[in-house]
Amino acid sequence: MTWLTWRQSRIQFLTAAAALVIIALAYGLTASGLNHLYAVYGTHPAEFLAQVKTGKYPLLYFAGGAIMYLAPVLIGAFWGAPMIARELEAGTSRLVWNQSVTRTRWLLVKLAIGGGAAMAFAGIASLLLSWWSAPIDKAGGFPVGTSQLSRFAPLMFGTRGIVPVGAAALAFTLGVTVGLLLRRVIPAMAVTVALLAALLFAMPAAVSPHLISPAQYTRPVVANLTTMTMTGSGQLSDPVTDMPGAWILSDQIITSSGTVFALPDVPACQTGTQAQCDSWLARQSLRQHVVYQPASRYWTFQILETLIWLAIAVALAGVSWRRIRAALRAAAIGHERGFREHVQWVDAEVSCSTAPGRTHASRAGSAQSIVIPLRRLGMRRILISSRPVAG
Amino acid sequence: MNTAIETQGLAKRYRGKQALAECTVAVPAGAITGLVGPNGAGKSTFLNLVTGMLAPSGGSIKVLGQAPGTQLARVGFVAQDTPVYAGLSIADHLRLGAHLNPGWDQSYAQERIARLGLDAKQKAGKLSGGQRAQLALTMAIAKRPALLILDEPVAALDPLARRGFTDDLTDVARSTGMSVVLSSHLVSDLERTCDWLIVLNGGRVRAAGPLRDLLAAHPGQSTEDMVLTYLEKTS
Repeated sequence: MTWLTWRQSRIQFLTAAAALVIIALAYGLTASGLNHLYAVYGTHPAEFLAQVKTGKYPLLYFAGGAIMYLAPVLIGAFWGAPMIARELEAGTSRLVWNQSVTRTRWLLVKLAIGGGAAMAFAGIASLLLSWWSAPIDKAGGFPVGTSQLSRFAPLMFGTRGIVPVGAAALAFTLGVTVGLLLRRVIPAMAVTVALLAALLFAMPAAVSPHLISPAQYTRPVVANLTTMTMTGSGQLSDPVTDMPGAWILSDQIITSSGTVFALPDVPACQTGTQAQCDSWLARQSLRQHVVYQPASRYWTFQILETLIWLAIAVALAGVSWRRIRAALRAAAIGHERGFREHVQWVDAEVSCSTAPGRTHASRAGSAQSIVIPLRRLGMRRILISSRPVAG
Repeated sequence: MNTAIETQGLAKRYRGKQALAECTVAVPAGAITGLVGPNGAGKSTFLNLVTGMLAPSGGSIKVLGQAPGTQLARVGFVAQDTPVYAGLSIADHLRLGAHLNPGWDQSYAQERIARLGLDAKQKAGKLSGGQRAQLALTMAIAKRPALLILDEPVAALDPLARRGFTDDLTDVARSTGMSVVLSSHLVSDLERTCDWLIVLNGGRVRAAGPLRDLLAAHPGQSTEDMVLTYLEKTS
C-alpha cells in the first residue's frame, strides 16, 4: 500500500522535494548576508531595517510569504483532490479494493502518507523561512510605510512557525474528502481551491482575533499631522512603534469623551498652516486607543491556530472514513447507471431493427446467426455491446 | 456438494428500485458457474453483493462460509470493464499485486504475461480491451483466490478474443480447482465454459443448476433456446 501510494503520487512527491531544494538554496545562500547586516546594525533596528529594504531582501521576504500561502492551495488541489477522485473516476478503485487490503486501510494509508508528506514539506519550508527571517523578526518586522509588518501580523502569521504544518494537513485532507464526495478530479480541484481560499482568509480575518480576548490601552497623545496619517473621513492614525512584534488589531485616536476623533472643519486646519493645525490639535486632549495581541502571545496563537487546522483535518478524515463505505454503494449504482447511459446500441457486430411490430436483434458476424424477438427476452431494447465508461 | 456462495432470500434495492429479489442459490465450489441474463437482470448487483462491494437490503449471503468482503485474500474479482491504472506499466501492476496480496504468485503472473505475449514495460493505458482484460485476469489469478468472480469479463472483447479468454480461464480453473463465477448477457460466452448456470431476469433467479441437467430437461433445445425458454417464463 505504501509503495502504491508513492507510485501514484510520485510526481507530487518529487515536485515538493524539488521545491524544497530551491527554497533551501535561495534562502540558505542569502541568509549569511542578512545575518551580517544584523550583526553590523542590529543595535539600531531602524538602520538595519533601512538596509533590509534595499536589494534582494524585500523580494525574498515576500516571495517566502507567497510560497507559504500558495503551498496549501497547491497541496489541496494537486495532491489531495486527485488522490481518490482519480481512482473513482477511472474505476481503478474497483481494482484496488479487490486486492487483499481493506478499503479503510487503503484510505488511511493514503491519508497518512500523503498528509504526512504534505505536513513535512510545509514544516521544512516554514522552518527555512522562519530561520531566514529571524533577524528581521527580531527587529520587529519588515518595514512597510511608517509601520512594520511583524511576524504576528495577519499577512505574515500563517507563513511562519507551525501554522503551515496544520494548514498543509487541512489542505490535503480537504482535497481528499472533496475528491471522495465529488468523484471527479477537475470539479474536486476547483472546489478544493475555493474552500481553501475561503478558510485561509477566514482564519486571520474572523477567527484568530477572537481566540484570546485582546489587550488594550488608552493614553494621552499629542496629535499632529506630521507623524500621523489621516484617512479620507478625517480620522487620525498614529503608527504604534513601541510594541515590536505585537499584532495591532485597531489603532484609533479618540476624543476625551471616548468617541472616535475625526478632524472637524476648523479654520486652523482648513486654511491655516500645518503648524497652526498641529497646535490646535495639541489643545484637544486627544487619546490613542490601541487594541492588540501582545508579542508574547505569538506562540500561543501559533499553537491554537495549528490545532484548529488539525482538528478540521481530523474531522474531514473522519468524514472520508465514514463515506468510503457509502461511496461504494454509490459507486456500484453510479457505475450501472453510467453503463446504461453510454450504451452503443449498434456497432459493427450487431444490427438492430426497430421496425414497428417486429422488433428484433440479429447477431451478424457469427457462424450461428440468430434472430431473437426482443419481446421474448422481456425487453424493449437489447444491449449487445457497450464501451467502458468511467465509474 | 461444497458451496462457494450460498444465499437465502437475498435482496437488493437501489432508491426504491428492486435490483435483486428472493435470490436463493448455492453456487458449487470447484466449478465454473455462469450467470446469464439480459442487462439490468441483476447480475452485477449479485456479483457486487458477493464481493462485499454492496451491502444487501435483505436476506443473507455467505461467501466461502463467511460474510462477504471479509476474506479479501481468498476472493478474486475482475470488475466490469476490467479497470487498470492507465499510467502504470504491466510490471507495476504485478508489483502492486505483490504488495497488496499475501498469497501473490509472482512467478505465475510473470510467466502468464510473457505467455500472452505482453510487454511488461508497456503502460496499461496503451493496452487493447482484450489485453487489459487479460492483465486484470492475471492479477486476479496470481492472487491465488479460492473463488474468482468475473463481471462481464468479455463484454469489451471481439469474438475471437472472447473465445481465447474463456478457453484460457477454463484451463486455469481446471488446473487450480478454484471456483469461478462469471457473468455475461450472451449465452454463447458461457456455454463452452460453464458447468453450472444461473439464469437471472428482472432481479430474480429463473433457473439454477448443472448445465447438463438444465439441458436434459429441455430435450432437443440448444443452450441458447433453453435459456430463452427460462427467460420467457418471466413474462
